Order: sequence, then structure tokens, then C-alpha cells
Amino acid sequence: MKTIEGKVVILGAQGVGKTMVICRYITKMFNRRISPTIGAAFYTCNINLERGKVKLQIWDTAGQERFRSMAPMYYRNANVALLVFDLTKHSSFNEIKSWVMELKRNVDKTMVLVLVGNKSDLVSQRTVDAEEASQYATSIGASYHETSAVCDDGGVESVFVAAAAGLYDLSEENHEHLNSLRINDSIRSILNSDDQPASPSSEDCLADRSIAHGIHEKPHMCC
Amino acid sequence: MANPEAPGVDDVIAEPGIEPGASAETMLVTTDSFEEYEQEMSNSIDDRQMKESTTSTISELQEDIREAPPTPTAVSPTEPKPEPPDDLELEDNTQQLSLNSLEIDPLRNTTWLAQRKHIFILSQAGKPIYSRHSSEDKLVTLMGVMQALVSFVQAGNDMIRSVHAGDTNFVFVVKGPLILVTVSKTLESVPQLVLQLTYVYNQIVSVLTQSQLTRVYEQRRNFDLRRLLTGSERLIDHLLNFMDKEPAFFLGAIKCLPLLPSMRDAISQTIVQTCGKIKNLVFAILLANNQLVTLVRMKKYFIHPADLHLIQNLVASSESFKTVESWTPICLPKFDSNGFMHGHVSYLAEDCQACLLLLTVDKDVFYSLSDAKQKIVEKLRRTNCLEAINESMNKASITTAEIGLPEMRHVLYKCKSTAQFWSPGFQPPYTTDEEIERLLGLYQCLHHRLHAPNRPLKLIFQQLDKETMLAWVTSGFELYLTFEPLVTKPDAINSVSKLLKWIKKEEERLFILNSPTF
Repeated sequence: MKTIEGKVVILGAQGVGKTMVICRYITKMFNRRISPTIGAAFYTCNINLERGKVKLQIWDTAGQERFRSMAPMYYRNANVALLVFDLTKHSSFNEIKSWVMELKRNVDKTMVLVLVGNKSDLVSQRTVDAEEASQYATSIGASYHETSAVCDDGGVESVFVAAAAGLYDLSEENHEHLNSLRINDSIRSILNSDDQPASPSSEDCLADRSIAHGIHEKPHMCC
Repeated sequence: MANPEAPGVDDVIAEPGIEPGASAETMLVTTDSFEEYEQEMSNSIDDRQMKESTTSTISELQEDIREAPPTPTAVSPTEPKPEPPDDLELEDNTQQLSLNSLEIDPLRNTTWLAQRKHIFILSQAGKPIYSRHSSEDKLVTLMGVMQALVSFVQAGNDMIRSVHAGDTNFVFVVKGPLILVTVSKTLESVPQLVLQLTYVYNQIVSVLTQSQLTRVYEQRRNFDLRRLLTGSERLIDHLLNFMDKEPAFFLGAIKCLPLLPSMRDAISQTIVQTCGKIKNLVFAILLANNQLVTLVRMKKYFIHPADLHLIQNLVASSESFKTVESWTPICLPKFDSNGFMHGHVSYLAEDCQACLLLLTVDKDVFYSLSDAKQKIVEKLRRTNCLEAINESMNKASITTAEIGLPEMRHVLYKCKSTAQFWSPGFQPPYTTDEEIERLLGLYQCLHHRLHAPNRPLKLIFQQLDKETMLAWVTSGFELYLTFEPLVTKPDAINSVSKLLKWIKKEEERLFILNSPTF
């Protein structure tokens, strides 16, 4: 069975619940006492699909303005971007659009996009409706999910499964142009802890061998 | 009261000159307690700003060690959004003056007014940035008054330092583009309050860097700094509470986790061996219960206790570090106020809550540091070091009663040559927060009198209502002691002598006497 390994970056405005979503997924619990992320936090997880196994290395970035300039460090080598916004804050949805523009400008390789509307439990305060969000998701070639880290009904799980499935599709489509996406035909790499991921710098030099997909198919907006 | 003559007091140490905990090696920059204050007072505004912006240790390091081009510590290029003019906010504020609640107008709220220590931060343009006990945007008028006071005195080519009214001290520090003000009813002296405000300023620099702070105000005098500080207010809140409870700040020293020297060496060596090959790693710091377990440094580079205090504050106030590996930008103002270091921050293991920080100038080494951390933990587990750390963390600190000094209640001992201090556990009557803070207030008074710029003292013996205090400074150490109120002078001196012998005997456990390097 094929095993693939990919990098995920979580982006979005401050306070939308990026860390909550990933924590919910990893620990299956909701932790109200979490403090704002400083810089970025690193998680790994394994997902079993019917087709094979996917190992995700996830960078959860800080949403505050002062960390914005550090984001390229994390998205440059990512295969998947989880774009998280707050369903009760329309401004955080608008901010997603500027993230997408930035990704289009700065990343020229294929990237799976997953749009996540968080805080779906706050129904009465909702300001972004599902149709608007899912239309936008389609327009950027992303899948759309709604989640609630407080009372999860499977939405959180579906986000990461979608990310894993997207990665899998990517690996099927583009065999000879693999960038930082790693494919192994056995499960050895998952079990073998000595199989170390390369550092971001060593992957930089591979960037120009990368492939175009998703984002690249669309005309560049500017620059 | 004060007794500058100390007959026979030098006899109490068995071997004069070799004070407990002293070491020729140190990883900390040793400082005078009032270094900050003297710097504040002696320099003119221009001098100081020159001084702050000239050196860059990080770029020096980057040039030294690596072939790759230095990383630009780029700042978000986004333009600041236009702010509503101040007048509007002022109007709002005056409209609300009639209502009597903290949310609406703190100035009419008696609890707010009765707070023992207020801290305010505003920009030179008078824009509110932070207030300790209430939301800062309700204080536009008050901060306007502060700004007016500062700029009025500045217009006469002078600087406002402090205002004293009854038992209240108003202390001003103007640093870079910021004005920091404290209104304090505590017994702390002006230099001590200046020191605290400087710490608060350094905390902001640690989050933003000096260069970014200067730049945003150069671009826009009216900039609202709160936008860049969102999420960091808790660091300032925590720092202020920390300074009220921790003698480390006014002592300018670090407390170590007591450990057998063989264990501590094993831990240091594990870190040296595992990380030795990783280029550009500057400091590896292991903290447990906010005490230093070990610090490994790159040759040539030292860490200033003030920087280490900010790191301790960051770790203690960030719940999010506990569950996950973080890659965190940290600026250490004393090390290099203009650049970020990158810190791999993680707790050793779920069953060992000690926090390891690996600080580097290279932003691309996260994965090597992450691997190194795993290996360090595995080795420490095999060699029972995790267990030793846990044991020391969970053990209550020894008290002076347990040392066999019944008339002595508490003590602070600072070894000057290593910038480390030791204190025993609190025992009755110092068991409540109020009593502990009161005791620290007494120590601060003694500290101030020992270091008073105009008339420094060497020895103070002071009989108070509830306790007798003794403070003693020599070339090698500072000692602050609390005794039962009725203790006699000979008994007190006798037990000081016993205490110093005990510390000398235990020094290898209580202090870090070597300074491992990569």
C-alpha cells in the first residue's frame, strides 16, 4: 500500500480558532484555556484512507498581525493550506481572500486548498452564510467545511480527511514531479522513526522542479 | 535602625573571599542591581537612543557562522489603517464621565483608584497602549495629561522623572517612542520602579524588536501599537504580577533548580553532545518550575539575567507551549534588541514538565532541533535525569527551620560573581500572598538602602514590629535575612554564620558553578 507524507499549513485571522481545530482533531477534546499561538506550532498525524496512508506534518501559524511576515516560512513548502475563518466574523472571511491572493503570488507549485468555517455552533451570531462560502471555495478550487471545535459533529475530522484525500489525488496525478510531497510504496517510512523529514531549507532548492496544479491553473492575479 | 559599623561581622565567614556559590565561570552577565537606573539617569535622551541602536549581535553571529545570506527579519508590509482622530475618542470619553463603573470611567471607580500599583503605557503622541487595571481606551484623557506633563518638561530641554504626593509615587520613563508611567502606593523606591518600567519596555521590545518599534512610529507618529501587541497584553500582565512576587527581578539574579551536581552535569553534557553539531544554536535553556536547570551557550556569548527573566515570563504565561512543539520568534533586548532569535520551545515529556528552549539565529533548523530534542529526552530518560528533575520539582523547598536555624524565618542570598540567588521555602507567618508580598516589600526596602545612589550602606540591622531584618553586602554576595522580632544581634550574626556555612556546603547543589558551551 502506498504511503504519502505531506506538509499542511493552517492560515487565518487571529482568534478564528485555528489552534482549537487542530487540538480538537489531535486530542478529541476542547481546551478553553489555550493561549494565543506565538510564532507557530508543529503537529504530526497519520490518517488512514481506504486507498492508503497519509502522514501529515502540520504547521499551525499564529494569526496576529505581527506574525504575518513570518507566514511565507510555513506556506512556501506546504502541500495543503487549511484556510480557517470565523463564521461569526465576516472580516475574517474577507481576510481569507487576501491569504489566497498571497498564496497565488508566492507559491508556484500545486497546493490543495481547504476552506474551513469555524464556530458553527454559534448559529445566532452567524454572519457568513454557507452558500457564499461554498461558492467562494469553488471559485478557488477548494473544498468547504464547517466545523465547531466546541461541539464537534464530525466536521473537524472531515477537514483533515479532505486534506489527506487531496494530497493523495495530487500524488496520483503528478508522479514524476514530486516536490516536498513524499511517496513510499510501503509503510516502512511511517514505522521507521529515523526517517527524518528534510528541513525547509533543503527543500527550497527543489522548488523549481515543482509542478503546477490547482492554484497554478488559474491566471496569476498580480505581480 | 541602620548600622553602618559592623564590628566583627567579617569574621563570620570561615574563609573570607571565597563566598558560597562563587565561581570563576558563569553563563550569565553579572550586573549591578541599579544598572538600568543609572543608565536611565546618566544619559541624555540622544545618547541613549544612539546606544540602543548600534550593536547587532544576531547579525554578527549570522555573519560569523554561516555561508547563507542573513535572514531579513522582515516586517509586515501592510500599511496601518487610518485611525479615527483623537478628538472623537475624547468626545466619547467626556460624554461617559457621568456614569460610575470601571467599564465606563475607571477614574470614578473606587476599587480602581485604590489599586496599589498602576502601570500605563502610551505613545509619545499620547495614544493609549496599555493599562494594568482597566481597559486602556477608557483612559484617553488621563493619558493625555501624562503626555502633556512629559512633553511640557521636554520642551524645557529636561525630563520628568517622578512626582511624589503623600504616599503615592508617580514615576515616568520615556524610552524610544514610548512613555511608561507607574502610579505606585507601594514602598518601592523610584529606582526600583524605573527598573520595573524598563522591564515592561523590554517585554514590548522582546515581542516586536526595537527596530520594528522605531520604524512603525517613524512611518506614522499616530500609530496604534495595540494592533501589533494583540495577544501580548497577557505577557505584560503576567510580568507585572511576576515582579510583585519574585525577588529575582530587583536582585538581577536567577534561581537554579537544586540538583545533584552529577545529574546537572549529565543533563548539560547530553545537550552538548546532541546539539553540538547543530550550527547556529546559540543557547539551550532548560527551565523547571521557572528555575534554571541548565544553560548551555555558544562560546563567546552570554545571556543577561534580564533576558532570561523575560524568557521565564514567556514560558510561565504561555499555556500553549505545554502540549506542542513551538517555533517561536523571541527578541532578547540585552542580547540584540534589533533582531529575532528563533526558539524551539517544548516541554520535555508529559511526565516531566520542564521546558526546553533551543535558541538559534537560523530560521531553517526547526526539524534538526526537533530531532535533537527527541534524542535529548530519550537519553535523559535512560540516565534517570528526568526522574531527578521531577523529584526536585516536586519536593518542597527546604526551610531555614529544617536547616537548623530556628530564629531565622527567611533569607535571600545572591552570589554576585554568578548572578544567581538562592532562597528557602516560605514558612509561617509568610504563608499567604499578602504576607509574602509584604516580606518582599521589606526586602526591597533593604535592597534600596544598600544601593541608594547617594548613601549606600554595607550592613543594616533593623528591628520592626513583626520581624527583625538584616541586610549585608560584601564584594562577593548580598544577603537579606528575616528573623523573629526579638532576636538579639549576637544570635542573628551567629545564625548568619551558620547559614553561610550551610550554603557553602550545599553550593554545588544550589548553584550552577560551571558554564557548559557547545
